[in-house]
Amino acid sequence: MPATIPKHPEVNMMNPSIPLPPAPAEHDKTMRKSDPSTGHGDTQPAIEVAGFDAWYGDFHALKNMNMVIPEKRITAFIGPSGCGKSTFLRWINRMNDLVPSARAAGTLKLHGQDLLDSSTDVVELRRHVGMVFQKPNPFPKNIYDNVAFGPRLHLRMSRVELDQVVEQSLRSAALWDEVKDRLKSPALSLSGGQQQRLCIARAIAVGPSVLLMDEPCSALDPRSTAAIEDLMAQLRNDYTIAIVTHNMQQASRASDYSAFMYQGELIEFGDTEQVFTMPRNEQTQNYITGRFG
Amino acid sequence: MNELASHPPSARSGRFLKDHLFVAVCLLAAGLCIAVLGVLLASIITQGIEHLDTHLLMNPPSRKPEKAGIYPAMIGTIYICLVCAVSAIPLGVGTAILLEEFKPRQKTLARLHGFVQLNITNLAGVPSVVYGILGMTAFVEVFKVMGSPGDPVWTLGTPENWYYLQLPFGRGVLAGGLTLMLVVLPIIIISSQEALRAVPNSLRQGALALGATRLQMVWGTTLPAAVPGIMTGTILAMSRAIGEAAPILIIAGVVYITFTPEHLMDDFTAMPLQIYDWASRPQESFHQVAASGIMVLMAILLTFNAAAVMIRQKFQR
Amino acid sequence: MTAINPQPAVSLPRGRPKSKILRRVRESCIMAGLIGCGVFSIATTLTIIVILSVEALRFFRLDEVSFWGFISGTKWSPLLGAEKHFGVWPLICGTLLVTAVAMAVALPLGLITAIWLSEYAKPKVRAVIKPVLEVLAGIPTVVFGFFALTVITPGLRWLHEGFGVYNAASAGLAVAVMCLPIVTSLAEDALRAVPRSLREGAFGLGATRFEVAVKVVTPAALSGIVAAFLLAIARAVGETMIVALAAGASPSLTLDPRSEVQPMTGYMVQIFLGDASNYGAEYYSSYAVAATLFLMTLLLTLIGHRVRVRYRQVYE
Repeated sequence: MPATIPKHPEVNMMNPSIPLPPAPAEHDKTMRKSDPSTGHGDTQPAIEVAGFDAWYGDFHALKNMNMVIPEKRITAFIGPSGCGKSTFLRWINRMNDLVPSARAAGTLKLHGQDLLDSSTDVVELRRHVGMVFQKPNPFPKNIYDNVAFGPRLHLRMSRVELDQVVEQSLRSAALWDEVKDRLKSPALSLSGGQQQRLCIARAIAVGPSVLLMDEPCSALDPRSTAAIEDLMAQLRNDYTIAIVTHNMQQASRASDYSAFMYQGELIEFGDTEQVFTMPRNEQTQNYITGRFG
Repeated sequence: MNELASHPPSARSGRFLKDHLFVAVCLLAAGLCIAVLGVLLASIITQGIEHLDTHLLMNPPSRKPEKAGIYPAMIGTIYICLVCAVSAIPLGVGTAILLEEFKPRQKTLARLHGFVQLNITNLAGVPSVVYGILGMTAFVEVFKVMGSPGDPVWTLGTPENWYYLQLPFGRGVLAGGLTLMLVVLPIIIISSQEALRAVPNSLRQGALALGATRLQMVWGTTLPAAVPGIMTGTILAMSRAIGEAAPILIIAGVVYITFTPEHLMDDFTAMPLQIYDWASRPQESFHQVAASGIMVLMAILLTFNAAAVMIRQKFQR
Repeated sequence: MTAINPQPAVSLPRGRPKSKILRRVRESCIMAGLIGCGVFSIATTLTIIVILSVEALRFFRLDEVSFWGFISGTKWSPLLGAEKHFGVWPLICGTLLVTAVAMAVALPLGLITAIWLSEYAKPKVRAVIKPVLEVLAGIPTVVFGFFALTVITPGLRWLHEGFGVYNAASAGLAVAVMCLPIVTSLAEDALRAVPRSLREGAFGLGATRFEVAVKVVTPAALSGIVAAFLLAIARAVGETMIVALAAGASPSLTLDPRSEVQPMTGYMVQIFLGDASNYGAEYYSSYAVAATLFLMTLLLTLIGHRVRVRYRQVYE
């Protein structure tokens, strides 16, 4: 048990805004049924959040968040719209730098590196933290150039190497078999689900260790959603994945840990199985049972 | 029955009468637009058809209307528009990128950004004849600090060389083209800005999320996606440049030129100037030549506009 | 920069990393170029202002000219006669007269066409009208000048004998035709920007199409429409070739559109066409006239900008 994930959550019911980081490992022996090999006991912290606040102008979007997102696991963020889950995600790769009024304070560390520090090179940061957006956003280029876009930015490589990167990335995104014969056709000719997987491949090709997914399936049909979820299951062995979702089933199906957020506060964070079957907080209970949100 | 039905029908029909009357007025207005265009084209064609032949296209102007041609003016127009395009497109697209893709967050810089934007709006409203005066002072005379056009302080080659350059530029092709550049620059900037603004933000975010710098994002995704829009705007701006007469009139004057320019400093005339020259003469027969010249000019402009429309439609997806 | 150094999850061929120093140098150069572009646009404005004010000042310093005489004088005769007069009002009057004629035609006609295109016209009709307007917008002004000279003037003289060979009305009508597409397309853009929900709300209250168009949509788009009008006025004030060909060359303080006038732009063309010696008072007077013209269009642009910013309705 690594020291960075403190033991035993004692959620203060009087003040749910400051939940202590839970210890998901507690539950793994009894709760995890699908993947006994995971061995939750050996998780390393990937992203550490402590006393984290964020604002848009005067709007206090995130209030005093404290949590540790473990490495090589899928962490789902759930909660009603406007609760700040996307905002949080967009701070991890500093996409909020694009919003003029956005600012943040507190500790947000990726593998020990403070992300809010002014010395952090956001361009370098985004190489290590890939992002998949709500709506598939392939560039209006062909499939190959879409995947090769990132490597071409950062690396000098031969044609053969680049071909390998593109092929491996597309394989990792479970798209290779569908597109290998038409790599030069426009990315926008793919279906919505394929486009989203292309965006995942594009993110993988840069060689990130963390993947942020901002409601990646909300614009997709159920079949494509299933394909993306399968893909996530394959990727979880290699990547730290943080996914924001509106879809309760998706969170319970696909994630290892779940964080419930409400009005900018992290209400509950713990093992997915636990959050969904015996939430410690009443608000969580109400939300997942569909009483609000 | 109920209250709705109890309204007197006349009130209703009165309101609808207004509606119908308004439609009639609108139709009249729209019909007038079409009629004006029709009369304009018809009058020019009837006056100009007689002189429209290869003789007109291949020969220099003449004192006799039946022998007059527009060849040197056509070549002159091509030269100044080339100079204009080469200088205006990079400057215009560059300014548009600066204004659209590098909006500063810092307050003072943001204010400066707003000032540059307002300045562009203002430049777009400056009458072209004022740009003519600016070009006269800044390019023809170079603020009178470099000697006079007849006695240049610096030359490259001699007037026999095709690469002949001098400072100040004098009333030549280069000064004319650069002045046109000033006229069309705001148009290119504004249309390029609109093209860049139309690129969805998701593409920008996609590129940044892959670790692209701002410039890599612009070069790799935003600019390629905006190219059709930029091209359409640029072509329309160039067609404005082809037809623009006032600033060129100030730079070049109406001169009787029977040769084509041989270098960038050479005297020139342009099609709108030649047409103005013919149209301002009292003789009816020169008006007919002017109409023929207008037909040539309009044919070129329509080709440009058609190209712009085709590009727009091809990429409108 | 402190390194973020987790191992990439999947081992992909890594190639050699691109030099960051090289990238930074290259990007700094490009950024400098882009900033240079922005500076160029400001430099253009500054140069216009400096040139116009320096040369206009030189003009006012001349013996035969006084600043007060320029802005209050009612006689402009720089070329003819023993005694030269430099009172700018006849030129301004010519400009305003032509502009007034043009706007009296173009603004109502343009606005009505715009309302019709945006609120009434079926797609098929739009498909006819829009290209017509685009072609009109693409016609060079020298062509409109020729049109005024050879068609509008004879037409007016046929209607009424009082019209001169050169007259303000003819030039004004040609300027109106030139401004029509500008007014129409900009006003239509403003009208179309009004959200559908507003129209639906009014229709839901039992309004007729006319009432929706005139009482709901047009007021909602008013700032855009006013901005379009101001832009059209600025274009009419600065229009050169039409007035140079059709309005004439004798400045006179008159409100009669049938008579010959000389707008400011027409005078500038006359001077630069070489009727005057290059360094006399009449040559420098054109700079003073240009400065007046520049101030007028600048004012119109700034008012238009304010209207757009101040009274813009933002619809989500």
